This record gives sequence, C-alpha cells and structure tokens, in this order.
Amino acid sequence: MANVPPIPKRISAIKFGLMSPKEVRKMSATPIITADTYDDDGFPIDMGLMDTKLGVIDPGLRCKTCSGRAGECPGHFGHIELVAPVVHVGFNKIIRKLLRASCRKCSRILLDPAQKQHFMDQLTAVEEIGHRPDDLINEVYKEASKVKICPYCNEEQLDIKFEKPTEYLENGEKLTPTEIRDRFENIPDEDIRVVGMDPNNARPEWMILTVLPVPPVTVRPSITLESGQRSEDDLTHKLVDIIRINQRFQENREAGAPQLIIEDLWELLQYHVTTFFDNSVSGIPPARHRSGRPLKTLSQRLKGKEGRFRGSLSGKRVNFSARTVISPDPNLSINEVGVPIPIARILTVPIIVTPRNIEQLKVYILNGTLIHPGANYVFRPDGRRIKVTEINKEDLAEKIEYSWMVERQLKDGDIVLFNRQPSLHKMSIMAHSVKVLPNKTFRLNPAVCPPYNADFDGDEMNMHALQTEESRAEAKILMRVQENILSPRFGGPIIGGIHDHISGLFLLTRFENRISAKDAFDILRKAKAHELPDPASHDENGIPYWTGKQIFSQILPESLNMGFPAQVCSHCDVCQEEECPNDAYVVIRNGNLLKGTIDEAAIGAFKGKIQERIIKDISSEAGAKFIDDMTKLAIRAIMRTGLSFGIADEDIPKEARIQINEVLGKAEDAVQNLIRSYENKELEPLPGRTLDETIEMSIMQKLGKARDETGNIADSHMGLENSAVIMARSGARGSILNLTQMAACVGQQAVRGERIRRGYAGRTLPHFEAGDLGSDAHGFVKASYKSGLNPTEYFFHAIGGREGLVDTAVRTSQSGYLQRRLVNALQDLEVHYDLTVRDTRGVVVQFKYGEDGIDATKSDFSKPDAIQRIIRSVMNKEAAE
Amino acid sequence: MTKFSLLDHELVPKHEIMSEGELKSVLSKYSIEKEQLPKIKVHDPVIKEIGATVGEVVKIAKKSHTAGEADYYRLVIE
Repeated sequence: MANVPPIPKRISAIKFGLMSPKEVRKMSATPIITADTYDDDGFPIDMGLMDTKLGVIDPGLRCKTCSGRAGECPGHFGHIELVAPVVHVGFNKIIRKLLRASCRKCSRILLDPAQKQHFMDQLTAVEEIGHRPDDLINEVYKEASKVKICPYCNEEQLDIKFEKPTEYLENGEKLTPTEIRDRFENIPDEDIRVVGMDPNNARPEWMILTVLPVPPVTVRPSITLESGQRSEDDLTHKLVDIIRINQRFQENREAGAPQLIIEDLWELLQYHVTTFFDNSVSGIPPARHRSGRPLKTLSQRLKGKEGRFRGSLSGKRVNFSARTVISPDPNLSINEVGVPIPIARILTVPIIVTPRNIEQLKVYILNGTLIHPGANYVFRPDGRRIKVTEINKEDLAEKIEYSWMVERQLKDGDIVLFNRQPSLHKMSIMAHSVKVLPNKTFRLNPAVCPPYNADFDGDEMNMHALQTEESRAEAKILMRVQENILSPRFGGPIIGGIHDHISGLFLLTRFENRISAKDAFDILRKAKAHELPDPASHDENGIPYWTGKQIFSQILPESLNMGFPAQVCSHCDVCQEEECPNDAYVVIRNGNLLKGTIDEAAIGAFKGKIQERIIKDISSEAGAKFIDDMTKLAIRAIMRTGLSFGIADEDIPKEARIQINEVLGKAEDAVQNLIRSYENKELEPLPGRTLDETIEMSIMQKLGKARDETGNIADSHMGLENSAVIMARSGARGSILNLTQMAACVGQQAVRGERIRRGYAGRTLPHFEAGDLGSDAHGFVKASYKSGLNPTEYFFHAIGGREGLVDTAVRTSQSGYLQRRLVNALQDLEVHYDLTVRDTRGVVVQFKYGEDGIDATKSDFSKPDAIQRIIRSVMNKEAAE
Repeated sequence: MTKFSLLDHELVPKHEIMSEGELKSVLSKYSIEKEQLPKIKVHDPVIKEIGATVGEVVKIAKKSHTAGEADYYRLVIE
C-alpha cells in the first residue's frame, strides 16, 4: 500500500474531450461483426452483440475479458468499424460552425495571423481569471465566418447550409461526411486552439465517426421472458440495425453498386447511428419497435424526469415504504400512527430466529401472508429467500432454526417513520409506533397536524418501516413524536391543542361551571382518571358539584407549579396577576388549576405553556401523556356544552347597525373633506411624501380606523356567549377581524398595500367618474359579508382576493428556493462537543454555537425568564420547609 | 479633511492583533491549526487600519444578538 498515492482531498479539475477512433479501438474488447446475438443453444456468439468478451449477465458464465462472474464483471466496450464515416448528431452545432469558419481548400481558420494571435491572447487571459470562454469563442466563429476569401490560399468561400438532421450543403451540393472529415483533418493544431478546442483531447475530425463504440452488455441486459423467449434491450436492437446496414453497405460497395444505392445506404446508416444516440432528433421519424413504441436510446436514458440524473441518481424509489391518504383519529396517542391492515400485511420487519422468539415466529409463519400478524419471507443463513405460501407454511414453521431470519409483518408497537412533504424541518419526519387498524387510510392524532402542516382534505403521507435494531433504537430515542414536541425554532411546543381542543377547555374552565359527578366522570373517562377530588361545594339540594378547573386539574401532573397570563388577557397597564377580574391569569399550584381560564396560551400548538413546562420540568413522556389526555378531555368537554356557529350568530341589533352606518357615513364625509382640501391645494403634505401620497395615506388611515370602529361596535354587541367570539378570543380559530368583516364591515380592498387604482384611465370602473378619489370608487367595501356586497364592491373584493392567491403561490416557490440554497450551503456544518461550529475540513465557522452556545429547544420561548422562575421555585421550596 | 478612524464607527467591532502567546492558547483551546481559523484579507480596510500582516491573527470582539459580545479570531491572508 506504500506506493498508493494518497487520495486527493479536492478534485482540482475534470477534463472532457472527444474520443478518437484510436482510443475507441484501444478500449474495445472485441470488434463486433455479426448482428446475431445467441446461437441455437442459447450461447452468445463470438464477435456478436452479446459476445462474452463484453461482459456477462447470465449467471454461471464467465467474462472472457476479466474472467469475472455476472455481477463482478463491470462490462467492457466493443466496437463496430463503420464502412463509411457518419456525423455524430450531438456535435452538429460545432461541425456547422467549424465548416463555416474554415477554408474549403486549405482548411485553415479564416482569420489572418494577427487576428488569431489577438484571440489567443484573450483566451489565455480569460482562462487565467477562470471565466468561461464561450462568448469569446463565439466571436471567433462569427469573425471567421464573415471572411469570404481565404487569407492563406485566396480560395473563395462558399455558403454552407445545414439541413436537419445531419446534412450539410455547400452551395446546394451535399457534403459527405468523408469530405467534412477530410477538411477537419487538415486544420492545423494552432488553428484548433483559436476556436477553443484542445487538439490533444478533441480533434474536430473525431466528431465524424469512423468507428462506433459498442456499450457493454451490462448496459443493455437482455431479459428472459416467462415463455423462455429472450427479449433484447432497445440499445441492442439499434446496434443490430447498425450492423446490418453496415454489412449491406460493404457488400454493395464491393460489388460495385450504382452511386444512388450507395448513397441511400449511407443515409440509412447515418439514420441508425443518429437514432442510436438520440431518438428524439427533430427532422427524422423516431426509430420504432415492432409494436410501434419508440425506442429508448442513449439520450432518452439520461434526459428528463425519469432519466438517469433526475430519476435514478437524485431520486430513487425506496423499499419498505407506504403511502396513502391520512385521516384523524383522536383516540390514538400522539406517538401512534394508524396503519391500514392491507399495508401492514405487505410491509415487513426482519427478525433473526433466537431461542427466545422461535415459538412466536413459528406462529407468524403459520399465519402465512393472509392472516394479519403473519410472515412473508424466510431467509436461510446462506441468504436464500423463501416466500411463505399457504402450501409451504407448515413446512417452513417446522424448518426454521436459530440464526435464520423471518420477515414478519408489521404489527402494533413497531417503530416506523412517518413523513409529509414538503419536508421543511426536522419535525416533517417523525417516528411513530404502529397501531394496525381496519380501512385504508393512515390515522393520526389531530394534535400532530401542526408539525407536519397536515390537514385532512386529501393529504397523503409516507411511512417507512425500519429494518434494523439500531435504526429503530435511534428513531425511538431521537425521532419519536414526544421527543419533538418542543421545537428548536423557538423553544416552545409545536404540538398541542388545536381548534376544538382549545374551545373545549375554554368552555370547561371559564366561569364557575357546576359539574355533577356523572358529568365529571363522563368528561374524564377517556383521560383515564378514575377518582375525583373533594367536591367544590354542594348545590341547593345538597348534591355535590365540581368546577371545570377541578376537572382539568385531574390531568395535570402533581408537581406542576406555574402562573402566566392567558390568551384572553386584555393587557391591563398593571397586571393584578392572581386577582385578575377577567379570570385571565392562570395559576397552577401542585397540579391544581386554581385561577384562570385555559386557552391557546396554555395548551395551544406553538403557544402552549403547560406542555412546555411539563416537558422541561418532568419529562417528554409526561408531556405526551398530557397532550393525549388533554385532547380527549377537551373533546368530551366541548361535546357536553356543544359549540356551533350559524348565520344568526352574526346578527347585531338594529341600533348597532345604525351606529355602524353612522361611523361609515362620518368616515365618508371625512374622506370627502380631505379630497376637497386636496383639490383646493390646502392639504399639507406629510414629511417626505408627495401630495398624492399624502392624500392616499390619509384616506387609507381614515377608512381603516372607520372599519376598526365598526368592528368595536359589532364586538360590543356580541358577548362571550357567542361561539365565534369564544373561538376568536380563546385562540381556537378565527380572529376578531374575521368577525368584524362578517358582521359589520369588510373594509378597504388593497392591491400592493394601496387602494385599488387600476382599470380604466382615471377610474377603476365605468360606474365612476374619472378622477373620483372617493372611498367607494377605490375599493372600500362598506357592506359586511352577512349583508352581502354590491356589484362594484364584489368586484373590488375579487381583485384583492386574487392578489392574495397570487402572493401565496409566488411566496411558496421563492421561499422554497431560498431554503434550498441555505440548506445546500449549511448542510455539512456540524456542532462539535466543544460547541464550535465547523465545516468538514475542521475550519471554524462559529467559536460558540449561536455565539451563546444555547440549544434553542431548551430555552424558554427564547426569553430570559428562566432565572426568575428558578428563584421563585427555590423560594417556594424554602417557604414550604 | 479630517481623517476618520474606521474603528470609531459603531458598526465596526474592536479588532486587535493577537500576540504569539495569546494565539497559542486560543489554538490549543480549540485544538486547531492556524489555517482552520476563519480568514480575513489583508486588503480589508480594518486590517489596513490596524496594520496586521499576512499570517497574523486578529481578535474581533463582535456584538451579538444572543450573547451580547462574542470573540472571533481571524487569520489574515493574501
């Protein structure tokens, strides 16, 4: 090993060139002369297309070149000697340019020596700074093809026309490939350099083929059909055509056939060689299979989405994976995923037979492939795979011994990876444990929708069954849903209650809810709480009741202590904390909810402080259990009261309607006043703004204020008993703005943050006068969604709505590309144990991760209130002692 | 015209040339070679200002959103 040169760390350059006929012959294992493949016994014919010198694909045979078996032998090239040269389609562009730039008689590039020297100097200069010489070379071609008289031999240059796909005409007469090749051969080396080619690696005449490399059989394997018949690869078919025509050509020429026939055959040979390289060249009909299917030749193998690059190298299909539609199942734990039986019967997990599991594995094998926890394959220690069938399953169950391997079907408790595209962050792929369920969709707890960004309007997700013990352990420790509740993005939980979970607990814990023992057990049933604390009090009839806060406390861990403002907090100037008159300050002591209402700030995804505290203070397992219990409790709670929303919930009293109209009328007047002062040139421009900008801004501001005011009026008439208000206030869904738009006034429609101005000259629609600056002429919608929009309002609303759609479409593609570039740039940086961030060479990028060395996941919503909390908890402990 | 010092600008953090001993302790702290440090060009205005030469290492006390102030070390290169 001593004389093996060390592997260079960085590739400094890659060289591309043309292959010379000499090189083709040198690398060829054998010339190919017969178009036949196999003889009558099914053995490859010598010097045929399947010659064993080109490598072997049939098991049992050995390669005559490297004596390797099928699988070991990489394959070797052969070659076909073409009777007459043909053009290589891939180089048509350069051939055409070169023909025009070189002399038809003496083959020199049609530039005088001074010009050539000038371009050479420029070329070396460009190369030195490492730029691409393409533009410069194109200029060389342009200059050279302008010259009409050769500066060396005074020959007049004729017009060269290129005709698709591979024909060159000089003043209407066809140039044969032989002639082109002769011309190129005579171009001196120094002239070749001027057109940017390297004469050692790419002589132009090599673009005209005289000998064709034959790809190894491993590149074009033949397949044996069930009937025993061999079916050859498309490339082999094409090569057969080439050899046949080549032979006929030779016979005809030797027999002295008329020029016309020779030319026809030459053209045919050209056609076959062309389609061998690329079967989608325009100007010729694609070569077809007998069935009429176009052949898939070399360039078709590489090009496009299914091609080698995009289809086989950048992306591949994976085994042990499944994909189907997702649907919700609130009865599953967040750590589980429901897998349909048909999928569980196909995906398998390999289990090695040991004394501990042999009996269980026998049961699986006896179940066969059809009864669910069964086995699909058995592997002998020598690697032979045996499929479990209804016929052999008893046999196999008898036969298995220690160290055999059984591929057992997926069953409850198996660890799998679950993924939804686009996989934008690490929470897009998490590990779940399997729960096999009937029907055909993947089921998941709706609380894990936020990290996947999933909903159930037809989303599909992928699942991967893990195949090794190591991967299962790694996934379980690092990728389980419960380990990913806290997001490294902001140090808070990304999993929590959504929609009805929040409304449900809000309804349960607000006010003094009186809940009977029966109801209490009903609500708590799914959360597996079997005992109730002492009742809060007794009613008039002496029957005990419990409060919603008590019920919620049953699912809290006993050691939990915290206090924080709820989502409904109205941000008073001085917070009274525990004494909050709105019950908007949550106090939890020793796992008992004493004060406050539970809403988004307590248990919501992204915001929930309770999950965060439980996970950081106790464990992620406790966090997962809390989310499981909390979601189930919330669903029972919301079902007890019921929560529905209808058009009547948007009703507002008549006097409110009048008030709203008054506000809108006043705003309208204010706008008219502004316009008047603008037209009278009395308006003062705002600093740094033109007069036109000023009036627009003032109008926008006035109308915006008016809309907010109408919202407040509507809001004041809809109390906390309104379900839309409940949802908006608690953070479950929707906002007060949505409510305003439904009940009071939709407001200004905008395009690019400005009032709508486009349309006709000076006006937006023919309904308005040109130059009208009024609110309704520029997209202010006075109506509410409930009252209905008038036609012009409706139109403006559509304009604004469309902008929103276009924006989202553009934003997703742009941010996707931005993220891709960032990921590509940062993907191999690594945080080391000394907290430095380094690249693969060990070069330091940051001396301390994030400059403070803090793991964002463990920070408290990235806010520095940990210290206060610690002090408080220590003091509490001391006070207790 | 008065010549302003680049270093007086509030957006330019403090740069200083490190002594041999200081450098040694930093390199051993991170157990790296000098070449594994981040780089800065000699043409960089701030390098011209403090007069560092190729091969020297400058210590930069950078303002940081997360840590208040963070020390960076850069090797001066061609």
